[in-house]
Amino acid sequence: MTEILKIKDVFKSFSGVTVLKDINLSVQEGKLHAIVGENGAGKSTLMKIIAGELEPDSGEIYVNGKMVKFRSPIDAMQSGISLIHQEFSLVPQLTVYENIFLGREISKKFFKISFVDKKAMKNATHEVLKTFGISDIDVDSKVKDLSVANKQLTEIAKALSTNSRILIMDEPTAALTLKETKVLFDILRKLEAQGVTIIFISHRLEEIFEIADVVTILRNGELVATKKMNEVTMEQVVSMMVGRSMKNRFPEKPIHEVKNEIILDVKNISSDAFKNVSFSLHKGEILGIAGLVGCGNTQVGESIFGLRKFTGELYLESKPISISNPTDAIKNGIFLVPEDRHDLGLVLQLSVKENHSLPNLDLFSNFGFVSAVKEKKSVRSSVSYLNTKISSINQRVDNLSGGNQQKVVLGKWLVRSPKILILDEPTRGIDVGAKYEIYKFIYDQVSKGVSIIYISSELIEVLNLSDRILVMSEGRISGELDPANSTQEDILKLAVKGKGS
Amino acid sequence: MALSNGFIRKYGVIFGLFGIIVFFAIESPSYFFTASNFILISKQSSINILLALGQMFVILTAGIDLSDGAMAGFVGAVVAGTTVATGNLFLGLIEGIAVGIGFGIVNGIIVAFAKIPAFIATLATMSAITGMTLIYTHGEPIWNLPSSFDFIGQGSLLDIPFSIILMGIAFVVVWIVLARTKYGRHVYAVGGNIKASRAAGIKISSVLISVYAISGLLSAIAGIVLASRLGTAEPTAGSGYELDAIAAVVLGGTSLFGGEGWVVGTIIGGYIIAVLNNGMTIMNISAYYQEVVKGIVILLAVMLTSFGKKYWNE
Repeated sequence: MTEILKIKDVFKSFSGVTVLKDINLSVQEGKLHAIVGENGAGKSTLMKIIAGELEPDSGEIYVNGKMVKFRSPIDAMQSGISLIHQEFSLVPQLTVYENIFLGREISKKFFKISFVDKKAMKNATHEVLKTFGISDIDVDSKVKDLSVANKQLTEIAKALSTNSRILIMDEPTAALTLKETKVLFDILRKLEAQGVTIIFISHRLEEIFEIADVVTILRNGELVATKKMNEVTMEQVVSMMVGRSMKNRFPEKPIHEVKNEIILDVKNISSDAFKNVSFSLHKGEILGIAGLVGCGNTQVGESIFGLRKFTGELYLESKPISISNPTDAIKNGIFLVPEDRHDLGLVLQLSVKENHSLPNLDLFSNFGFVSAVKEKKSVRSSVSYLNTKISSINQRVDNLSGGNQQKVVLGKWLVRSPKILILDEPTRGIDVGAKYEIYKFIYDQVSKGVSIIYISSELIEVLNLSDRILVMSEGRISGELDPANSTQEDILKLAVKGKGS
Repeated sequence: MALSNGFIRKYGVIFGLFGIIVFFAIESPSYFFTASNFILISKQSSINILLALGQMFVILTAGIDLSDGAMAGFVGAVVAGTTVATGNLFLGLIEGIAVGIGFGIVNGIIVAFAKIPAFIATLATMSAITGMTLIYTHGEPIWNLPSSFDFIGQGSLLDIPFSIILMGIAFVVVWIVLARTKYGRHVYAVGGNIKASRAAGIKISSVLISVYAISGLLSAIAGIVLASRLGTAEPTAGSGYELDAIAAVVLGGTSLFGGEGWVVGTIIGGYIIAVLNNGMTIMNISAYYQEVVKGIVILLAVMLTSFGKKYWNE
């Protein structure tokens, strides 16, 4: 067995926050090496370093025993390493073969003038596709017309056509159906047999146990262990991923009373992203909706907030309500803290004050004129309640850290005394300290009688915070759990249930 | 260095105007640097600034209104036509204003509901409105306007030309609307992040339609001033004005991507263009060369702003 890739003593930090600490990793040629870890464990950062998209602060990388220094992805590609992103780097308007040869088109001379040699490129593309037994991709079709799975295969073909010997795949199955996943795995096995090394990031442990040879577990930027698949059980991997004692990560959960009273009744709502979702939310309850990326829990939250079209019925305090846009939801005291705060939560060019006020200007203004006094008072009270660290309320939000940005998003809804807060991945991309404060905020809100729908793929958060957990899989609710008697595995089992059915 | 970034974007243009004034003042102290010439410059800039103030609302939402010059031209013709036909100036003015707002609403509906990019939508309406002006006027100027009409573009109140007063009122109103009202905040927010604005309960289509309507209203006022100043309604009077208006807004630091901009900047942008025209005319530079210089100055000013920003950001 030969070592094709070696990572030695790699450190990486972003603006003072260490994301990778003392990473030592050895990857064997022709093996499928899985990397697992919770969100924020440092998987993607490590992959980007290997693929030349990021430079480590210190440490060395060896390919085939030779030390390399990658300054760009092109350097890595020349060493035979390709990273296949979750978001593909294909040009949708171009055809399959044009994408595969983008930037290194084959040309032929005609009276000393270079022309693109379409035929040669098409033939070469056929060759590459044939090596892993793909016959149903038309090399002439435009990439935008391909299915997600075929886009991914095109991306792989592109990497292989540059003679990549190491393929890094970041969550390749996240958007695939079970059938497509099977096809992908068959191809990966063929590539392995041809000596291609695959580094594979996934959240889905079942998949890893199905296909990987070796697994490396990362946690909080540290490498916990590298194990052969036949040497570990799924439980061991999960416990290594979770690892830490949970005491310090979460504040003491207050004894709060979940009232019998139902505040929101969701009856049989469906959309293109979920089907027949029904649940009841009680007053003062934290209802977790867990699931893997793409299971539809985000879309359920967005629908209840009026951002998506859906069918079915909603009852607020036993009265039917109709929500067709966010204005309707806001009127009914239902607010969303979105998954992607830059996309849906904030106007980045505007200040803390302006973002805070955006949905609340009706409360601060008389005859259309904004009252500066009322506005400032409201912003200041939210800022101090949430302990938001800003230099001035006129500071632009794009200069704030993720945690403080999230506090601005949370703060703007507090003004309107929420009945229901839908929090979608509220701690994504923010540091541990700010996470802790957001947990405290959630507890404080429920003790005031606010009901919370907590949408998250961070199982440990869902388990610790929720009073009750719904698990979604493939757009349906696949089960309900009592967090007091459940483990992360219980959630995972329900989260992968029904995949492909 | 966020502060410096905002600072350059916001105040850089003031130094630009100041520099140009100093240059012409040195070149031509006896003609250029006089009170009467500054009043003349203000008068000359008033039409462009009226258009630019409307244009600014549209650009703040990340749109653009190429039809504002054409609307001004059509409104001038309608006001003149109606006034001549009925002998009632008031009726003509009301009709002109209504037509301007109406065209603006049409632009807004095309952008907000048909989801056609603003550039294409207003390019099309610009062409259509220009044609309608020619049809309406049969390609001939409209003469014989009552002398009361001349007051708007040529008269003065307390020695201040009325067109400058109109421009001043428009400036103050726009400033207050953008800086102090709920509506103004919504305009900035929609331009900054349309999805987050929707999620904050803002009715996006109302905001979009209204900014084009405001652009139509200010184009109508500009068109009336223009016709009144000329004393006739020329069928092609408005053509080319849209580009000067866009230039004023951009010179003033408003981002073409929306969400950022300052009314004072737009006024100064308008003045830069007017001072350049005026100063070069005084220096006897031919009108052909003036256009070239104007183009270069606009390019330089915008480049300086963006280089300055990059420099400060690093």
